[in-house]
Amino acid sequence: MAHFSFSTLVRKAIGGDKDWPQQWAKPEPKSDYDVIIVGAGGHGLGAAYYLAKEHGITNVAVLEKAWLGGGNTGRNTTIIRSNYLYDESARLYDHALDLWEGLSQEINYNVMFSQRGVMMLAHTVHDVQILKRHIHANRLGGVDNEWLSPEEAKAFCPPLNISSKSRYPIMGAALQRRGGVARHDAVAWGYARAAAARGVDIIEQCAVTGILRAADGRVQGVETTRGTIGAKKIAICAAAHSSVIMDMAGLRVPIECYPLQALVSEPIEPAFPCVVLSNTVHAYISQSDKGELVIGAGTDQYVSYSQGGPLHSIEHTVAAICEMFPIFTRLRLLRNWGGTVDVTPDRSPIIAKTPVQGLYLNGGWGTGGFKATPGAAHLLAWTVAKDEPHPINAPYTMERFRTGRLIDEAAAAAVAH
Amino acid sequence: MLLIRCPYCEADRAEVEFTYAGEAHIDRPEDPSALSDAEWEAFLFLRSNPRGTHFERWYHIHGCARYFNAVRDTVSDKFLMTYKAREPRPTELEIADAKK
Repeated sequence: MAHFSFSTLVRKAIGGDKDWPQQWAKPEPKSDYDVIIVGAGGHGLGAAYYLAKEHGITNVAVLEKAWLGGGNTGRNTTIIRSNYLYDESARLYDHALDLWEGLSQEINYNVMFSQRGVMMLAHTVHDVQILKRHIHANRLGGVDNEWLSPEEAKAFCPPLNISSKSRYPIMGAALQRRGGVARHDAVAWGYARAAAARGVDIIEQCAVTGILRAADGRVQGVETTRGTIGAKKIAICAAAHSSVIMDMAGLRVPIECYPLQALVSEPIEPAFPCVVLSNTVHAYISQSDKGELVIGAGTDQYVSYSQGGPLHSIEHTVAAICEMFPIFTRLRLLRNWGGTVDVTPDRSPIIAKTPVQGLYLNGGWGTGGFKATPGAAHLLAWTVAKDEPHPINAPYTMERFRTGRLIDEAAAAAVAH
Repeated sequence: MLLIRCPYCEADRAEVEFTYAGEAHIDRPEDPSALSDAEWEAFLFLRSNPRGTHFERWYHIHGCARYFNAVRDTVSDKFLMTYKAREPRPTELEIADAKK
Protein backbone atom coordinates (compact mmCIF):
# COMPACT_ATOMS: atom_id res chain seq x y z
CA MET A 1 0.00 0.00 0.00
CA ALA A 2 1.48 3.32 -1.06
CA HIS A 3 1.63 5.59 1.98
CA PHE A 4 -0.43 8.80 1.66
CA SER A 5 1.13 12.00 2.97
CA PHE A 6 1.31 15.71 2.26
CA SER A 7 4.30 15.11 0.00
CA THR A 8 2.48 12.48 -2.10
CA LEU A 9 -0.39 14.95 -2.46
CA VAL A 10 1.97 17.68 -3.71
CA ARG A 11 3.88 15.31 -6.02
CA LYS A 12 0.69 13.95 -7.60
CA ALA A 13 -0.75 17.46 -7.96
CA ILE A 14 2.37 18.60 -9.84
CA GLY A 15 2.04 15.51 -12.02
CA GLY A 16 -1.53 16.45 -12.92
CA ASP A 17 -3.11 13.87 -10.59
CA LYS A 18 -2.63 11.26 -13.32
CA ASP A 19 -1.20 8.12 -11.78
CA TRP A 20 -2.89 7.57 -8.45
CA PRO A 21 -2.66 3.85 -7.73
CA GLN A 22 -5.67 1.56 -7.41
CA GLN A 23 -6.53 1.60 -3.72
CA TRP A 24 -7.73 -1.97 -3.36
CA ALA A 25 -7.80 -4.99 -5.66
CA LYS A 26 -10.88 -6.66 -7.10
CA PRO A 27 -10.04 -10.35 -6.56
CA GLU A 28 -12.05 -13.38 -7.63
CA PRO A 29 -13.43 -15.24 -4.61
CA LYS A 30 -11.24 -18.08 -3.31
CA SER A 31 -12.80 -21.43 -2.43
CA ASP A 32 -12.27 -21.07 1.33
CA TYR A 33 -11.75 -18.38 3.94
CA ASP A 34 -11.23 -18.39 7.69
CA VAL A 35 -13.80 -15.61 8.06
CA ILE A 36 -16.44 -14.28 5.67
CA ILE A 37 -17.99 -10.93 6.46
CA VAL A 38 -21.32 -10.26 4.78
CA GLY A 39 -21.69 -6.58 3.89
CA ALA A 40 -19.00 -4.13 2.75
CA GLY A 41 -20.10 -1.07 4.64
CA GLY A 42 -18.02 0.71 7.26
CA HIS A 43 -18.78 -1.90 9.93
CA GLY A 44 -17.91 -4.92 7.75
CA LEU A 45 -14.78 -3.43 6.19
CA GLY A 46 -13.64 -2.14 9.56
CA ALA A 47 -14.14 -5.56 11.15
CA ALA A 48 -12.02 -7.11 8.38
CA TYR A 49 -9.30 -4.54 9.03
CA TYR A 50 -9.24 -5.17 12.80
CA LEU A 51 -9.33 -8.97 12.29
CA ALA A 52 -6.19 -8.64 10.17
CA LYS A 53 -4.43 -6.01 12.24
CA GLU A 54 -5.24 -6.95 15.83
CA HIS A 55 -5.91 -10.68 15.61
CA GLY A 56 -3.65 -11.77 12.73
CA ILE A 57 -6.54 -13.29 10.78
CA THR A 58 -5.92 -12.25 7.19
CA ASN A 59 -7.66 -15.03 5.24
CA VAL A 60 -10.82 -12.95 5.22
CA ALA A 61 -13.36 -12.03 2.54
CA VAL A 62 -15.87 -9.20 2.68
CA LEU A 63 -18.82 -10.01 0.41
CA GLU A 64 -21.00 -7.21 -0.87
CA LYS A 65 -24.24 -7.62 -2.78
CA ALA A 66 -24.02 -4.25 -4.52
CA TRP A 67 -21.15 -1.77 -4.30
CA LEU A 68 -18.84 -0.90 -1.43
CA GLY A 69 -20.26 1.64 1.04
CA GLY A 70 -23.53 2.00 -0.91
CA GLY A 71 -25.90 1.08 1.89
CA ASN A 72 -26.41 2.93 5.13
CA THR A 73 -22.70 3.88 5.27
CA GLY A 74 -23.24 6.17 2.27
CA ARG A 75 -26.76 7.28 3.21
CA ASN A 76 -26.52 8.62 6.74
CA THR A 77 -26.00 12.19 7.92
CA THR A 78 -22.55 11.42 9.42
CA ILE A 79 -23.22 12.61 12.97
CA ILE A 80 -20.91 11.25 15.66
CA ARG A 81 -21.59 11.51 19.40
CA SER A 82 -21.50 9.29 22.48
CA ASN A 83 -23.71 11.04 25.06
CA TYR A 84 -26.15 8.16 25.54
CA LEU A 85 -27.99 7.67 28.82
CA TYR A 86 -27.20 4.12 29.91
CA ASP A 87 -23.73 3.01 31.01
CA GLU A 88 -23.66 0.18 28.46
CA SER A 89 -24.48 2.57 25.62
CA ALA A 90 -22.13 5.34 26.76
CA ARG A 91 -19.26 2.80 26.98
CA LEU A 92 -20.04 1.44 23.52
CA TYR A 93 -20.30 4.77 21.73
CA ASP A 94 -17.45 6.36 23.69
CA HIS A 95 -15.24 3.43 22.66
CA ALA A 96 -16.11 4.30 19.07
CA LEU A 97 -15.43 8.00 19.67
CA ASP A 98 -11.98 7.16 21.09
CA LEU A 99 -11.21 5.23 17.90
CA TRP A 100 -12.60 8.02 15.68
CA GLU A 101 -10.07 10.43 17.17
CA GLY A 102 -7.12 8.42 15.84
CA LEU A 103 -8.74 6.87 12.79
CA SER A 104 -7.26 8.99 9.98
CA GLN A 105 -3.73 8.30 11.27
CA GLU A 106 -4.51 4.65 12.00
CA ILE A 107 -5.64 3.81 8.46
CA ASN A 108 -3.57 6.54 6.71
CA TYR A 109 -6.71 7.92 5.08
CA ASN A 110 -8.32 11.27 5.78
CA VAL A 111 -11.82 10.53 7.05
CA MET A 112 -12.30 14.27 7.68
CA PHE A 113 -13.37 13.71 11.28
CA SER A 114 -14.35 17.12 12.59
CA GLN A 115 -15.11 17.52 16.30
CA ARG A 116 -17.25 20.62 15.87
CA GLY A 117 -19.64 19.77 18.70
CA VAL A 118 -23.09 18.21 18.76
CA MET A 119 -25.80 20.29 20.39
CA MET A 120 -29.19 18.88 21.41
CA LEU A 121 -31.96 21.41 21.91
CA ALA A 122 -34.54 21.48 24.69
CA HIS A 123 -37.89 23.06 23.79
CA THR A 124 -40.01 21.97 26.74
CA VAL A 125 -39.61 21.46 30.49
CA HIS A 126 -39.64 17.74 29.78
CA ASP A 127 -36.76 18.13 27.30
CA VAL A 128 -34.79 20.13 29.89
CA GLN A 129 -35.24 17.41 32.48
CA ILE A 130 -34.29 14.60 30.10
CA LEU A 131 -31.23 16.36 28.73
CA LYS A 132 -30.01 17.28 32.23
CA ARG A 133 -30.49 13.68 33.29
CA HIS A 134 -28.31 12.65 30.35
CA ILE A 135 -25.69 15.24 31.30
CA HIS A 136 -25.50 14.03 34.90
CA ALA A 137 -25.36 10.37 33.85
CA ASN A 138 -22.66 11.16 31.30
CA ARG A 139 -20.61 13.14 33.82
CA LEU A 140 -20.66 10.20 36.22
CA GLY A 141 -19.63 7.91 33.37
CA GLY A 142 -16.78 10.15 32.20
CA VAL A 143 -18.48 11.17 28.95
CA ASP A 144 -18.38 14.88 28.10
CA ASN A 145 -21.75 16.60 27.88
CA GLU A 146 -22.61 20.02 29.25
CA TRP A 147 -25.64 22.26 29.72
CA LEU A 148 -25.96 25.56 27.84
CA SER A 149 -28.45 28.35 28.47
CA PRO A 150 -30.31 29.66 25.38
CA GLU A 151 -27.85 32.57 25.17
CA GLU A 152 -24.85 30.24 25.43
CA ALA A 153 -26.42 28.00 22.77
CA LYS A 154 -26.83 31.03 20.51
CA ALA A 155 -23.22 32.04 21.10
CA PHE A 156 -22.08 28.54 20.13
CA CYS A 157 -24.39 28.38 17.10
CA PRO A 158 -25.24 31.91 15.89
CA PRO A 159 -27.91 30.97 13.28
CA LEU A 160 -30.13 29.62 16.08
CA ASN A 161 -33.42 31.44 16.66
CA ILE A 162 -33.81 31.74 20.45
CA SER A 163 -36.74 34.16 20.34
CA SER A 164 -39.32 33.37 23.01
CA LYS A 165 -41.98 33.99 20.35
CA SER A 166 -41.02 31.03 18.20
CA ARG A 167 -43.38 28.09 18.09
CA TYR A 168 -40.93 25.81 19.92
CA PRO A 169 -38.85 28.21 22.04
CA ILE A 170 -35.35 27.03 22.93
CA MET A 171 -35.00 26.59 26.70
CA GLY A 172 -31.41 25.36 26.64
CA ALA A 173 -29.21 22.75 25.08
CA ALA A 174 -26.89 19.87 25.86
CA LEU A 175 -23.52 20.10 24.12
CA GLN A 176 -21.02 17.33 23.51
CA ARG A 177 -17.87 19.09 22.33
CA ARG A 178 -16.11 15.86 21.29
CA GLY A 179 -18.97 15.05 18.92
CA GLY A 180 -19.03 16.04 15.27
CA VAL A 181 -19.09 14.66 11.75
CA ALA A 182 -16.87 12.64 9.41
CA ARG A 183 -16.81 11.90 5.69
CA HIS A 184 -18.85 8.70 5.43
CA ASP A 185 -17.54 7.48 2.05
CA ALA A 186 -13.96 8.03 3.17
CA VAL A 187 -14.53 5.77 6.17
CA ALA A 188 -15.57 2.89 3.90
CA TRP A 189 -12.81 3.59 1.38
CA GLY A 190 -10.15 4.03 4.04
CA TYR A 191 -11.01 0.78 5.82
CA ALA A 192 -11.25 -1.04 2.45
CA ARG A 193 -7.77 0.16 1.43
CA ALA A 194 -6.24 -0.64 4.82
CA ALA A 195 -7.89 -4.08 5.00
CA ALA A 196 -6.94 -4.99 1.42
CA ALA A 197 -3.33 -3.99 2.15
CA ARG A 198 -3.32 -6.63 4.90
CA GLY A 199 -4.60 -9.35 2.59
CA VAL A 200 -8.38 -9.11 2.91
CA ASP A 201 -10.39 -9.89 -0.25
CA ILE A 202 -13.17 -7.39 -0.96
CA ILE A 203 -15.68 -8.93 -3.36
CA GLU A 204 -18.44 -6.71 -4.70
CA GLN A 205 -21.46 -7.78 -6.79
CA CYS A 206 -21.61 -10.99 -4.77
CA ALA A 207 -24.93 -11.52 -2.97
CA VAL A 208 -25.21 -14.19 -0.31
CA THR A 209 -28.15 -16.49 -1.11
CA GLY A 210 -27.71 -19.22 1.49
CA ILE A 211 -25.73 -20.26 4.55
CA LEU A 212 -24.21 -23.76 4.50
CA ARG A 213 -24.21 -25.82 7.69
CA ALA A 214 -22.30 -28.96 8.68
CA ALA A 215 -24.03 -32.00 10.17
CA ASP A 216 -23.27 -30.73 13.70
CA GLY A 217 -24.92 -27.38 12.91
CA ARG A 218 -21.83 -25.18 12.60
CA VAL A 219 -21.44 -22.94 9.57
CA GLN A 220 -19.43 -24.24 6.61
CA GLY A 221 -19.74 -21.45 4.09
CA VAL A 222 -22.11 -19.43 1.98
CA GLU A 223 -23.94 -19.84 -1.32
CA THR A 224 -23.54 -16.69 -3.38
CA THR A 225 -24.41 -15.38 -6.81
CA ARG A 226 -20.74 -16.05 -7.65
CA GLY A 227 -20.69 -19.64 -6.40
CA THR A 228 -20.16 -21.48 -3.15
CA ILE A 229 -17.50 -20.12 -0.79
CA GLY A 230 -16.34 -22.04 2.28
CA ALA A 231 -15.80 -20.36 5.65
CA LYS A 232 -15.06 -21.37 9.23
CA LYS A 233 -16.80 -18.30 10.59
CA ILE A 234 -19.37 -15.89 9.16
CA ALA A 235 -20.04 -12.41 10.50
CA ILE A 236 -23.13 -10.56 9.33
CA CYS A 237 -22.83 -6.79 8.90
CA ALA A 238 -25.74 -6.47 6.51
CA ALA A 239 -27.74 -3.77 8.33
CA ALA A 240 -31.16 -3.76 6.64
CA HIS A 241 -30.69 -7.31 5.39
CA SER A 242 -29.86 -8.77 8.82
CA SER A 243 -33.26 -10.49 9.07
CA VAL A 244 -33.06 -11.83 5.52
CA ILE A 245 -29.60 -13.35 6.04
CA MET A 246 -30.29 -14.67 9.54
CA ASP A 247 -33.39 -16.32 8.10
CA MET A 248 -31.05 -18.31 5.79
CA ALA A 249 -29.59 -19.84 8.96
CA GLY A 250 -33.05 -20.51 10.36
CA LEU A 251 -32.83 -17.76 13.00
CA ARG A 252 -35.42 -15.11 13.80
CA VAL A 253 -34.04 -11.81 15.06
CA PRO A 254 -35.81 -8.99 16.91
CA ILE A 255 -35.28 -6.48 14.11
CA GLU A 256 -37.66 -4.55 11.88
CA CYS A 257 -36.64 -2.31 8.96
CA TYR A 258 -37.91 1.22 8.41
CA PRO A 259 -37.19 3.95 5.85
CA LEU A 260 -35.13 6.93 7.00
CA GLN A 261 -34.70 9.90 4.72
CA ALA A 262 -32.13 12.66 4.48
CA LEU A 263 -31.61 15.65 2.23
CA VAL A 264 -29.07 18.30 1.34
CA SER A 265 -29.40 21.93 0.34
CA GLU A 266 -27.50 23.78 -2.33
CA PRO A 267 -23.94 24.61 -1.16
CA ILE A 268 -23.48 27.93 0.63
CA GLU A 269 -20.67 29.79 2.41
CA PRO A 270 -19.72 28.37 5.83
CA ALA A 271 -22.65 29.46 7.98
CA PHE A 272 -23.28 26.65 10.39
CA PRO A 273 -20.52 25.81 12.87
CA CYS A 274 -21.77 22.67 14.62
CA VAL A 275 -24.32 19.85 14.56
CA VAL A 276 -27.77 20.57 15.99
CA LEU A 277 -30.33 17.93 16.92
CA SER A 278 -33.84 18.49 18.13
CA ASN A 279 -36.01 15.65 19.28
CA THR A 280 -39.19 17.62 19.86
CA VAL A 281 -39.41 19.14 16.39
CA HIS A 282 -37.55 16.18 15.00
CA ALA A 283 -34.76 17.51 12.89
CA TYR A 284 -31.02 17.38 12.72
CA ILE A 285 -28.73 19.56 10.70
CA SER A 286 -25.07 20.24 9.99
CA GLN A 287 -23.06 21.77 7.15
CA SER A 288 -20.77 19.61 5.05
CA ASP A 289 -17.29 20.71 3.99
CA LYS A 290 -18.73 21.20 0.49
CA GLY A 291 -21.12 23.76 1.99
CA GLU A 292 -24.35 21.82 1.69
CA LEU A 293 -26.63 21.75 4.69
CA VAL A 294 -27.16 18.10 5.57
CA ILE A 295 -30.59 17.52 7.07
CA GLY A 296 -32.03 14.33 8.50
CA ALA A 297 -35.67 13.42 8.94
CA GLY A 298 -37.27 10.92 11.29
CA THR A 299 -37.90 7.29 10.41
CA ASP A 300 -41.12 6.53 8.63
CA GLN A 301 -43.68 4.48 10.45
CA TYR A 302 -44.01 1.32 8.37
CA VAL A 303 -41.71 -1.65 7.62
CA SER A 304 -40.02 -1.13 4.28
CA TYR A 305 -36.90 -2.02 2.27
CA SER A 306 -37.64 0.62 -0.38
CA GLN A 307 -34.66 2.93 0.40
CA GLY A 308 -37.07 5.81 -0.14
CA GLY A 309 -39.90 7.42 1.71
CA PRO A 310 -42.80 9.83 1.49
CA LEU A 311 -42.44 13.55 0.89
CA HIS A 312 -44.52 14.51 3.92
CA SER A 313 -41.72 13.32 6.24
CA ILE A 314 -39.34 15.70 4.51
CA GLU A 315 -41.86 18.52 4.61
CA HIS A 316 -42.22 18.02 8.37
CA THR A 317 -38.45 18.18 8.88
CA VAL A 318 -37.91 21.18 6.62
CA ALA A 319 -40.68 23.07 8.42
CA ALA A 320 -38.89 22.45 11.73
CA ILE A 321 -35.53 23.57 10.32
CA CYS A 322 -37.03 26.80 8.94
CA GLU A 323 -38.65 27.52 12.31
CA MET A 324 -35.36 27.16 14.21
CA PHE A 325 -33.12 28.72 11.57
CA PRO A 326 -35.02 31.46 9.74
CA ILE A 327 -31.89 32.33 7.72
CA PHE A 328 -32.29 29.07 5.79
CA THR A 329 -35.89 29.60 4.64
CA ARG A 330 -34.91 30.67 1.11
CA LEU A 331 -32.40 27.87 0.49
CA ARG A 332 -33.17 25.39 -2.26
CA LEU A 333 -32.86 21.69 -1.61
CA LEU A 334 -30.66 19.77 -4.02
CA ARG A 335 -31.58 16.16 -3.43
CA ASN A 336 -33.08 13.69 -1.00
CA TRP A 337 -32.65 9.97 -0.54
CA GLY A 338 -33.59 7.15 1.79
CA GLY A 339 -31.89 4.36 3.66
CA THR A 340 -33.34 1.29 5.33
CA VAL A 341 -32.60 1.18 9.05
CA ASP A 342 -32.68 -2.05 11.06
CA VAL A 343 -34.33 -1.27 14.37
CA THR A 344 -34.47 -3.44 17.51
CA PRO A 345 -37.25 -3.13 20.10
CA ASP A 346 -34.94 -1.36 22.62
CA ARG A 347 -33.12 0.70 19.94
CA SER A 348 -29.77 -0.79 20.95
CA PRO A 349 -27.71 -2.94 18.59
CA ILE A 350 -26.83 -6.62 18.66
CA ILE A 351 -23.09 -7.46 18.48
CA ALA A 352 -22.95 -11.08 19.47
CA LYS A 353 -22.51 -14.76 18.85
CA THR A 354 -25.69 -16.42 17.63
CA PRO A 355 -27.15 -19.84 18.54
CA VAL A 356 -25.51 -21.16 15.33
CA GLN A 357 -21.86 -22.11 15.95
CA GLY A 358 -19.55 -19.88 13.89
CA LEU A 359 -22.21 -17.32 12.99
CA TYR A 360 -21.95 -13.79 14.40
CA LEU A 361 -24.32 -10.86 14.08
CA ASN A 362 -23.57 -7.16 14.12
CA GLY A 363 -26.90 -5.49 13.40
CA GLY A 364 -29.91 -3.68 14.69
CA TRP A 365 -28.04 -0.37 14.73
CA GLY A 366 -31.15 1.50 13.66
CA THR A 367 -30.38 5.11 12.86
CA GLY A 368 -27.22 5.23 15.00
CA GLY A 369 -24.81 2.96 13.17
CA PHE A 370 -22.45 5.40 11.50
CA LYS A 371 -21.22 7.01 14.73
CA ALA A 372 -20.31 3.57 16.04
CA THR A 373 -18.44 2.40 12.93
CA PRO A 374 -14.90 1.98 14.33
CA GLY A 375 -16.17 0.72 17.69
CA ALA A 376 -18.59 -1.81 16.21
CA ALA A 377 -15.93 -3.03 13.79
CA HIS A 378 -13.33 -3.35 16.54
CA LEU A 379 -15.68 -5.20 18.91
CA LEU A 380 -17.04 -7.51 16.22
CA ALA A 381 -13.50 -8.47 15.16
CA TRP A 382 -12.69 -9.29 18.81
CA THR A 383 -15.89 -11.35 19.18
CA VAL A 384 -15.24 -13.32 15.98
CA ALA A 385 -11.52 -13.87 16.67
CA LYS A 386 -11.94 -15.00 20.27
CA ASP A 387 -15.41 -16.55 19.93
CA GLU A 388 -16.49 -14.54 22.96
CA PRO A 389 -17.64 -10.94 23.38
CA HIS A 390 -15.41 -8.08 24.50
CA PRO A 391 -16.62 -6.71 27.88
CA ILE A 392 -18.01 -3.63 26.09
CA ASN A 393 -20.31 -5.59 23.78
CA ALA A 394 -21.10 -8.41 26.23
CA PRO A 395 -24.51 -6.85 27.11
CA TYR A 396 -25.49 -6.58 23.42
CA THR A 397 -26.74 -10.14 22.95
CA MET A 398 -29.74 -11.45 21.05
CA GLU A 399 -30.83 -13.26 24.22
CA ARG A 400 -31.55 -10.04 26.11
CA PHE A 401 -34.99 -9.95 24.50
CA ARG A 402 -35.73 -13.26 26.19
CA THR A 403 -34.14 -12.57 29.58
CA GLY A 404 -35.47 -9.02 29.75
CA ARG A 405 -32.04 -7.36 30.22
CA LEU A 406 -32.85 -4.69 27.65
CA ILE A 407 -30.67 -1.63 27.07
CA ASP A 408 -33.67 0.57 26.65
CA GLU A 409 -32.37 3.60 24.77
CA ALA A 410 -35.75 3.58 23.00
CA ALA A 411 -37.28 5.11 26.09
CA ALA A 412 -34.20 7.15 27.02
CA ALA A 413 -33.19 8.52 23.61
CA ALA A 414 -32.39 12.17 23.47
CA VAL A 415 -33.29 11.92 19.80
CA ALA A 416 -35.47 9.28 18.25
CA HIS A 417 -33.05 6.86 16.63
CA MET B 1 -47.04 9.58 0.02
CA LEU B 2 -48.86 6.27 -0.04
CA LEU B 3 -52.48 5.97 -1.08
CA ILE B 4 -54.29 3.62 1.28
CA ARG B 5 -57.76 2.16 0.81
CA CYS B 6 -59.74 2.07 4.04
CA PRO B 7 -62.00 -1.01 3.88
CA TYR B 8 -64.55 0.64 6.19
CA CYS B 9 -64.74 4.01 4.41
CA GLU B 10 -64.32 2.21 1.06
CA ALA B 11 -62.18 5.09 -0.15
CA ASP B 12 -58.56 5.70 -1.17
CA ARG B 13 -57.02 8.20 1.23
CA ALA B 14 -53.62 9.82 1.71
CA GLU B 15 -51.14 8.18 4.09
CA VAL B 16 -51.21 11.17 6.47
CA GLU B 17 -54.76 10.16 7.51
CA PHE B 18 -53.42 6.86 8.86
CA THR B 19 -51.14 5.51 11.55
CA TYR B 20 -49.20 2.29 11.12
CA ALA B 21 -49.89 -0.23 13.87
CA GLY B 22 -47.38 -3.05 13.40
CA GLU B 23 -47.53 -6.57 12.05
CA ALA B 24 -50.99 -8.14 11.75
CA HIS B 25 -52.29 -11.53 12.86
CA ILE B 26 -50.30 -11.68 16.10
CA ASP B 27 -52.71 -13.05 18.66
CA ARG B 28 -52.55 -12.07 22.30
CA PRO B 29 -51.79 -15.09 24.48
CA GLU B 30 -54.96 -16.62 25.91
CA ASP B 31 -53.23 -17.62 29.14
CA PRO B 32 -50.35 -15.17 29.65
CA SER B 33 -49.09 -16.72 32.88
CA ALA B 34 -48.57 -20.04 31.09
CA LEU B 35 -46.11 -18.56 28.58
CA SER B 36 -42.41 -19.42 28.71
CA ASP B 37 -39.74 -16.71 28.32
CA ALA B 38 -39.19 -17.81 24.72
CA GLU B 39 -42.89 -17.51 23.95
CA TRP B 40 -42.99 -14.04 25.49
CA GLU B 41 -39.98 -13.06 23.42
CA ALA B 42 -41.74 -14.26 20.27
CA PHE B 43 -44.98 -12.46 21.14
CA LEU B 44 -43.38 -9.17 22.17
CA PHE B 45 -40.29 -8.83 20.02
CA LEU B 46 -39.94 -11.26 17.10
CA ARG B 47 -41.49 -10.06 13.86
CA SER B 48 -41.36 -11.47 10.37
CA ASN B 49 -39.78 -8.33 8.79
CA PRO B 50 -39.94 -9.82 5.29
CA ARG B 51 -38.41 -8.37 2.17
CA GLY B 52 -41.63 -8.81 0.19
CA THR B 53 -45.23 -9.47 1.20
CA HIS B 54 -46.10 -8.12 4.65
CA PHE B 55 -49.32 -8.40 6.65
CA GLU B 56 -49.83 -5.30 8.77
CA ARG B 57 -52.34 -3.23 10.72
CA TRP B 58 -53.24 0.37 9.99
CA TYR B 59 -55.38 2.78 11.97
CA HIS B 60 -57.52 5.32 10.11
CA ILE B 61 -56.95 7.88 12.83
CA HIS B 62 -58.09 10.97 10.89
CA GLY B 63 -61.01 9.15 9.25
CA CYS B 64 -63.27 6.48 10.66
CA ALA B 65 -60.81 5.80 13.55
CA ARG B 66 -60.92 2.05 13.00
CA TYR B 67 -58.15 -0.54 12.70
CA PHE B 68 -57.92 -2.67 9.59
CA ASN B 69 -55.38 -5.00 7.97
CA ALA B 70 -53.35 -4.62 4.81
CA VAL B 71 -51.08 -6.67 2.59
CA ARG B 72 -48.19 -4.59 1.25
CA ASP B 73 -44.97 -5.28 -0.62
CA THR B 74 -42.11 -3.94 1.51
CA VAL B 75 -39.79 -3.37 -1.47
CA SER B 76 -42.16 -1.39 -3.71
CA ASP B 77 -44.37 -0.18 -0.82
CA LYS B 78 -47.35 -1.05 -3.06
CA PHE B 79 -50.55 -2.01 -1.20
CA LEU B 80 -51.85 -5.29 -2.60
CA MET B 81 -55.09 -5.27 -0.62
CA THR B 82 -56.70 -4.06 2.59
CA TYR B 83 -59.35 -5.90 4.59
CA LYS B 84 -61.37 -5.51 7.76
CA ALA B 85 -59.86 -6.40 11.11
CA ARG B 86 -61.62 -9.70 11.77
CA GLU B 87 -61.42 -11.07 8.25
CA PRO B 88 -59.07 -14.03 7.74
CA ARG B 89 -55.53 -13.63 6.42
CA PRO B 90 -55.69 -13.63 2.59
CA THR B 91 -54.44 -16.81 0.92
CA GLU B 92 -51.37 -16.89 -1.32
CA LEU B 93 -53.71 -17.30 -4.31
CA GLU B 94 -55.61 -14.12 -3.42
CA ILE B 95 -52.34 -12.22 -2.98
CA ALA B 96 -51.02 -13.50 -6.31
CA ASP B 97 -54.27 -12.30 -7.93
CA ALA B 98 -53.84 -8.87 -6.36
CA LYS B 99 -50.32 -8.61 -7.76
CA LYS B 100 -51.59 -9.00 -11.35
